[in-house]
Amino acid sequence: MITVNGKSLPYPEKMTLASLLLAEGFTAARVVVERNGEILTSAAFESTLIQDGDCLEVVSFVGGG
Amino acid sequence: MAEAKTPLATGKAADKAAGKDAGAKESKASPVPTREAFYKMQADKQGEARQKIIAGATVAVCGLGGLGSHIAWALARAGVGHLILIDFDKVELSNLHRQEYRADQIGRYKSEALAENLLAALPHLSLTTHTAKLDEKNAPRLLASADIICEAFDRPEAKAMLAGFLPRFFPDKTLVAASGMAGFASPNLIKTRKITPHFYLCGDGVSDIAENDGLFCPRVMLCAAHQALTVLRLLCKEGDV
Repeated sequence: MITVNGKSLPYPEKMTLASLLLAEGFTAARVVVERNGEILTSAAFESTLIQDGDCLEVVSFVGGG
Repeated sequence: MAEAKTPLATGKAADKAAGKDAGAKESKASPVPTREAFYKMQADKQGEARQKIIAGATVAVCGLGGLGSHIAWALARAGVGHLILIDFDKVELSNLHRQEYRADQIGRYKSEALAENLLAALPHLSLTTHTAKLDEKNAPRLLASADIICEAFDRPEAKAMLAGFLPRFFPDKTLVAASGMAGFASPNLIKTRKITPHFYLCGDGVSDIAENDGLFCPRVMLCAAHQALTVLRLLCKEGDV
């Protein structure tokens, strides 16, 4: 199992973070992902493989300021 | 600059209601208080121990629009030792419903206009302005001396970019970012979240300018106030939200 923003999901074998974000409806250029205390940015999404047990927090930015 | 019209009748009526002598002479400007007097005033109001910390800090504000202009004002008034103000843009008419600029500053760089406004109110303020678009190339240089960095951009891609690259360059610096302050929804939805010990996020998280009916000054100010207060609390080692 993995956890994405508090929601439990089955562990997707051999899936990149980029694919997971796409499947979950996130726009890669507008998010950063916190994994085990580390902040990952879009440059690393393609090269990051989801590990079983991962606890991910996807922080989405919306426009306005 | 156009002379401001004072509603005299209303002013006198208000003075009378407040028990003041409506016939009193017009007030004269006092000499500008010294730097030491400013510091003492801030220490009296905010506490000596905290003021010492706040006055020794450097804070960068990235983006000087509705969020950044208000963050800068709040931090300047609190007595933050040095402000770094970064924006590439110029003041436009469309900014004046929510950003801290004047009509006669339209067409000027926000970095310069804001510095001018802050220094007029707080003449001993120490600040650096950068008229530049912050990116991965210039960030290591522009942000090097900052203790805390405020993200106050408007585009979500720019927000994510800064939140993404900052921990790579400066793993020990804290980012106070914002997401979700557009529209007209309840003020009580604006919150501050601690994502990691070095990443705080203010806003309601969902109100996107692209999907909401505009930006309203008080709602943007609420988010800016969350960011500014979070900065001051972090400086004073009160990082719990």
